[in-house]
Amino acid sequence: MEPIVFYILAAITVVTALLMVTRTSPISSAVWLIACFFAFAGLFVLLEAHFIAVIQVLLYAGAIMVLFVFVIMLLNLRPEELKTRAIRFQTVLGGIFVLYLVFLLPLSLFRSGKLLFPEVLPQFGYVQGIAEMIFTKYLVPFEVTSVLLLVAIVGSVIMGKRKL
Amino acid sequence: MLQWVLQYISFETFVWMILAFPLFGAVVNGLRSLVAAVRKKETSHFVTILFGCGAPVLSFVVVATVFVVLLGFTSHSMVTGPLFQWALLDDLIIDIGLKIDPLSLVMASVITGVGSLIHIYSVGYMGHDKGFTRYFSYLNLFLFFMLVLVLADSLVFLFVGWEGVGLCSYLLIGFWFEDEEKAKAGKKAFVVNRIGDAGFLLGLFLIYVTLKSANLDLGGDFFNFDTLKGYAHVLIPVATPVCLLLFFGACGKSAQIPLYVWLPDAMAGPTPVSALIHAATMVTAGVYMVARLSFLYTLTPTAMSVVAIIGAATALFAATIGLLQNDIKKILAYSTISQLGYMFLALGVGAFHAAIFHLMTHAFFKALLFLGSGSVIHAMHGEQDIRKYGGLSKRMPITTWTFVIASLAIAGIFPLAGFFSKDAILWHTYNSNIILWGVGFAGAGLTAFYMFRLIGLTFFGESNMDEATLRKVHESPPSMAVPLLLLAVLSIAGGWIGIPEAMGGSDYFHHWLGEVLAYTPVHGSHTEELVLGGVSFLWAAHFAIIAWMIYSQKRDWPTRVVEKFRRLYWLIYNKYFVDEIYDVCVIRPIRNVSERFFWKISDAILIDGLLVHGTGRAVQFFGRILSAVQSGVVQLYLTLFLLGAVLLLWKILY
Amino acid sequence: MITLNHYLVLATLLFSIGVFGVVTRRNVLIIFMSIELMLSSVNLVFLSFSRFLGQVDGQVFVLFVLVVAAAEAAVGLGIIVALFRNRQTVYVDEVKILRG
Repeated sequence: MEPIVFYILAAITVVTALLMVTRTSPISSAVWLIACFFAFAGLFVLLEAHFIAVIQVLLYAGAIMVLFVFVIMLLNLRPEELKTRAIRFQTVLGGIFVLYLVFLLPLSLFRSGKLLFPEVLPQFGYVQGIAEMIFTKYLVPFEVTSVLLLVAIVGSVIMGKRKL
Repeated sequence: MLQWVLQYISFETFVWMILAFPLFGAVVNGLRSLVAAVRKKETSHFVTILFGCGAPVLSFVVVATVFVVLLGFTSHSMVTGPLFQWALLDDLIIDIGLKIDPLSLVMASVITGVGSLIHIYSVGYMGHDKGFTRYFSYLNLFLFFMLVLVLADSLVFLFVGWEGVGLCSYLLIGFWFEDEEKAKAGKKAFVVNRIGDAGFLLGLFLIYVTLKSANLDLGGDFFNFDTLKGYAHVLIPVATPVCLLLFFGACGKSAQIPLYVWLPDAMAGPTPVSALIHAATMVTAGVYMVARLSFLYTLTPTAMSVVAIIGAATALFAATIGLLQNDIKKILAYSTISQLGYMFLALGVGAFHAAIFHLMTHAFFKALLFLGSGSVIHAMHGEQDIRKYGGLSKRMPITTWTFVIASLAIAGIFPLAGFFSKDAILWHTYNSNIILWGVGFAGAGLTAFYMFRLIGLTFFGESNMDEATLRKVHESPPSMAVPLLLLAVLSIAGGWIGIPEAMGGSDYFHHWLGEVLAYTPVHGSHTEELVLGGVSFLWAAHFAIIAWMIYSQKRDWPTRVVEKFRRLYWLIYNKYFVDEIYDVCVIRPIRNVSERFFWKISDAILIDGLLVHGTGRAVQFFGRILSAVQSGVVQLYLTLFLLGAVLLLWKILY
Repeated sequence: MITLNHYLVLATLLFSIGVFGVVTRRNVLIIFMSIELMLSSVNLVFLSFSRFLGQVDGQVFVLFVLVVAAAEAAVGLGIIVALFRNRQTVYVDEVKILRG
């Protein structure tokens, strides 16, 4: 059962990702990315990371992508401005490297033999487990992230001003 | 007085003073003239004379003192220790030191003695010239280098002096450089000299290579004369090429065929310069060099034959040209070339002492001749064509009669100096090769003839100028006249130290130099020598009288002869077109190649275009390519990141 | 059986797609979205290892990555807006004042 789900979700992820990077209009790309994130969330659930999966949908697909859509709307790009150019040198180069990466890393992965997942506790990936971590072992990084968020707020407000 | 001096400095330092005085004088006057040129002010002539004439005189005093002192040494010679080490190259060490022996003392005495007289003469001659101080600076510098040349203890140090006198010759010949012809004459002298110097250098290299390959333990001293003399046997295989190469250098310096062409042109310089450089000293450097290396030359009869043949040929050749010249200084120039030929003839037949003897007497009477001609030119306000002279004896007695004395000496009239020296040469040549003797003998006759032609046209007979010019002619001032008189005395008496035994003398000069020079003995009797001497004397005397009579009485005999031999006259009068031949065969081709190939192609296209411009353009080109990396587009930077990351990964994983 | 390898290969693939998007596309918004994709694929790796090692630490890390990604998106989009206001363009190859 699980392999089929995995393969379906994987396929969705890859296809939507590919669609995302090839669309002309940003809004199309954004929509495909949202779909991709949903598939990601599914994969996360398969990995027993339930909390993260939810957060992924809430945050990423819900907040960040909405932000993206807002900005696209704000920029109000007219269709003529959304031009593409013919294949250029950079595209080719990028494509070559990427292909290389695609084949390079997996090959090395398959060298190390099969790495099976062990059994985990049932509560693995629930909120309690994570909460325990972030309030004990990873307290400092947690607090730092709150500062980071503060900085981000201030930063984005300033960035958005018309006149400083 | 010497004792007093020796309290303060060592004898060796005292000897170095010979060189120090002229150098000091040159530097002082040189600086003064530079300062004056910058400040645009005149210098004080008195100070110039003080240093300019004081230096050679002091130098002469030292030379004389050293001479007297060395008479007390058994070997009559000494070598100073090195003053400093000039160069240290691999295994060659070049030290700067002096060698004082009879040969170098004779040369030094002549140089400083005659040189002093010429310096004094110059005070009067150049008195009104605006380059007065510069002139004395150059003259002293020349004296310094010439002394270096004759007193050097090694062939390399000699070469330093050799080059130095070449330089000073250039500076002094082209002294009035504003005139392009004069400047060109200076250049010509230097360039022709240089060609000879190339041969000299090749000779030096050959010596070095030979001695090096023999693996001797010389302590780096390859060119020291004593070393060379000691190891002469090592040089036997290369003796002929070395001697010929060095002789080629001597041809340039001493104006022999084929490198004599600069000397007639060199008459463009002031007359005292001609007297000093081209009569008494610089041109004799070649003779000195060969004499100094007599031990080497005697090893190679081939080279000696070459020397003798060229000497004799030059002697006759130059005499024929001098016969028909009309410029007083040019006549004397060709006469110098001719007499130098005699000196080389003497060297070539193994009579090295005779060559030096003739060098010494020649210095006396040739300097006198030049100074006398300077006197005449001065009186005639720059006119140098003898056809415009005539009858000057009445107005310039001292000049006239000293000139006559000098002419008698050069013609070889008994008992003046030239007779003994020339006789010594001819006697040794007679015993060596009768043809060479014949050439020399003929040349002697021509010498007498052209000298007395000169005298006849200049001083005697009716004058060829108008009354007004004749009245303005006056005798020279004492500063010029006194040296003339002193030189006249030397011209008369100077030969008496070399009177051969055949004529009742002790052949003192020969014995004095005997320790230093090689000698090829002659096998002739005293009677033969006397007869030969007598024949030479009569031969010269009769030509002298004939010439004097023809040219002073202004008979039309010369014009008739010229008419009959018009073509020959034309050839000789134009100096056998040697200069023109050189121009066509050597100068023009070189110039053509230089311009068409070296300048236009090699220089302009290859070096300027390809290398200089090309480098610039290449750098620009690659720069433009490289600057594409910094396009300012962040994506490109990211792409390059990616490239680097991929390469790293590849490296790590595989 | 789905092994760790599968997840890692998938993550690599998605990462590469993200890189392709960053390198190739001219529109800065799409570049940004590709970056988000890359971040997500990294999250996938973290979670795979967390599951493989049986420790929750990996998930905590993913949490932090998420937070940072959010902050970065906010500020980044602010920059894009400011850029658009000044340069009137969203194409990165037209913004090259730093050209050397």
